[in-house]
Amino acid sequence: MDKYANRAAGNYNANYTRKLKIEGTIKLIICILITIVCLLPIWLLFVNATKSTADITGSASNAFSRLIPGTNIIRNIKTLTSETEGNTEFLRAFKVFTGFRNSLFISICACALSVFFSGLTAYGLTVYDFKLKGFATTFILLVMMVPVQVVSTGFLQFMVQIKLYDNYIPLIIPAIAAPQVVFFMLQYMRSVFPLDIVEAARIDGCGEFRTFMQIGLPILKPAFAVQAIFAFVSNWNNYYTPSMILISNKLEQRTMPMMVAAVLNNDKIADFGAKYMAVAISILPVVVVYLFLSKYIIGGVTLGSVKG
Amino acid sequence: MQSLRPNGRKSISYAKYGYLFILPFFIVYVFFMIYPLINTFRLSFFGNGNANADTFVGLQNFKYILVGGSRPAKAIHEEFIRSLKNTVILWVGNFIPQIILSLLLAVWFTDSRVKVKGTGFFKVVMYMPNIITATSVCGLFLILFGNSKYGAVNAMLLDMGTIAEPFKFVNTVTSSRVIVMFIQTWMWFGNTMILLMSGIMGIDLSLFEAASIDGASSGQVFFKITLPLLKPIFLYVLITSMIGGLQMFDIPYLFHEGSGASAIQTHLETAAVFVYKHFHLIDPNYGYSAAASVLLFFITGILGLLVYRFNTSSDDRAAAKSNKKKSKHAGLL
Repeated sequence: MDKYANRAAGNYNANYTRKLKIEGTIKLIICILITIVCLLPIWLLFVNATKSTADITGSASNAFSRLIPGTNIIRNIKTLTSETEGNTEFLRAFKVFTGFRNSLFISICACALSVFFSGLTAYGLTVYDFKLKGFATTFILLVMMVPVQVVSTGFLQFMVQIKLYDNYIPLIIPAIAAPQVVFFMLQYMRSVFPLDIVEAARIDGCGEFRTFMQIGLPILKPAFAVQAIFAFVSNWNNYYTPSMILISNKLEQRTMPMMVAAVLNNDKIADFGAKYMAVAISILPVVVVYLFLSKYIIGGVTLGSVKG
Repeated sequence: MQSLRPNGRKSISYAKYGYLFILPFFIVYVFFMIYPLINTFRLSFFGNGNANADTFVGLQNFKYILVGGSRPAKAIHEEFIRSLKNTVILWVGNFIPQIILSLLLAVWFTDSRVKVKGTGFFKVVMYMPNIITATSVCGLFLILFGNSKYGAVNAMLLDMGTIAEPFKFVNTVTSSRVIVMFIQTWMWFGNTMILLMSGIMGIDLSLFEAASIDGASSGQVFFKITLPLLKPIFLYVLITSMIGGLQMFDIPYLFHEGSGASAIQTHLETAAVFVYKHFHLIDPNYGYSAAASVLLFFITGILGLLVYRFNTSSDDRAAAKSNKKKSKHAGLL
């Protein structure tokens, strides 16, 4: 009797385990399919960047050959970087090194400013007690969700008025006031920052600003790292503000997304291989950054940002 | 505030350092956000074009974009209403598939009963489109779905003999909207999934255990436990996505073939594109842009307040409530 019950239970367990296994496999297959859909456009982009226009636009013997890299990669890179036959129109819209230089300059400056000053603001709001502290904290939380788009008219008109259009200053300096980064730092400081250490530094005769630089910053380092990645990527990807402020759209001033946009909407450019290459190169830095730092990026997503 | 220590010496007040440390933030914020906001409100009461830029017109801009009127006003009114409609269509069309997909995946990836292999890898891959420059993504899809036979999708379909003539994916209303919705979903479902996963992982595990002991099916667990307890984070995702939807710009603005402002497709023109379209260096229509911005500001403001309530955690409010109750009790006693 006992034996029988045991066997029944064993049978049930085996069935149950099998059912779970089948369920797991089905889910795995669906996930793999979604992964393929996710990666296919990016794969096609890099594949087509290695092909000549004739390969891309000509009819293929089978659809599968369109998924295999071609041999035209060097030529496509050359079209982008140097004066060759028939690419004057291309170089008039897209200058890869200029784009990289401009985007890197803006992104690095904005990223450094936003992380440093947000840290300073969060530190000030955590360590010190003052009358307007509550008001300042509430204010930062309240304006966190106000996007730059809703003030863009007044912003642009103001910048035109004080002759700051076609200038990088309105793209870099506003990074000092990044409410979302401050909010993140505030939460981080509240959970890990030992306030006694500030007191100890004071007793040792350390000045307030030096305390922040030598004690506050090192403790905030992990939060800095995550926010720096996000700030860099979002500045690199930004198209709206640069194209609004750099209103004359001069080639020498364009950021990378502006270069890409200029190539895209130009009918006169018929070199598809080079077009794909331009788009591929523009996303390469962020893809590389992502592959190395994906752990921190995914960890940081949950900490609040505007989405689409 | 200076207080007397027992030994009679005054303690040092550090308050001024607090002000000093937060000062740069507020100076920059006032200069680049608050003043531009006030300026936007001001501009919304002034005329359009250089000739009328200094003429005070009262609420005329609002009247024009919201109600319309004679010929120029009617055109701008239709343009604005169309942009609002496009924004809603594109947002709904991307949010619904996005939330279904990310909810499904989030539940699968956090299920302790049926473990899906390689969750970490899937998370990395599915989040990746979010990190890529929107402009480049748009460019990529634009050349993939190109109108001519040179577009990759058209070329493939022609190869297979599915179509005889290249299909105008970019110019056709439905197909271009669907492509933009797909891009948005593709870019954002990974992000939403990770947010929802963190929400599900915050749910007390013993609830799931109790349910499985009571023999609940996975469907019951999902509808009776996961979904109700996920409501706050779900709301957060919804509202932040709405705010993001109001800012939808890069892809609708750039998804067209051909150059010049006239090439922007009217059926993709969102509210953000409407605002942007009236900026010109030579003869800007700041009045219309500003009036539309002011309306967007109020919508975003209301949505933002809801997020604020979410961020000042419900614990704080519960604590405040129980304090009130306690003081009531104390009063009664």
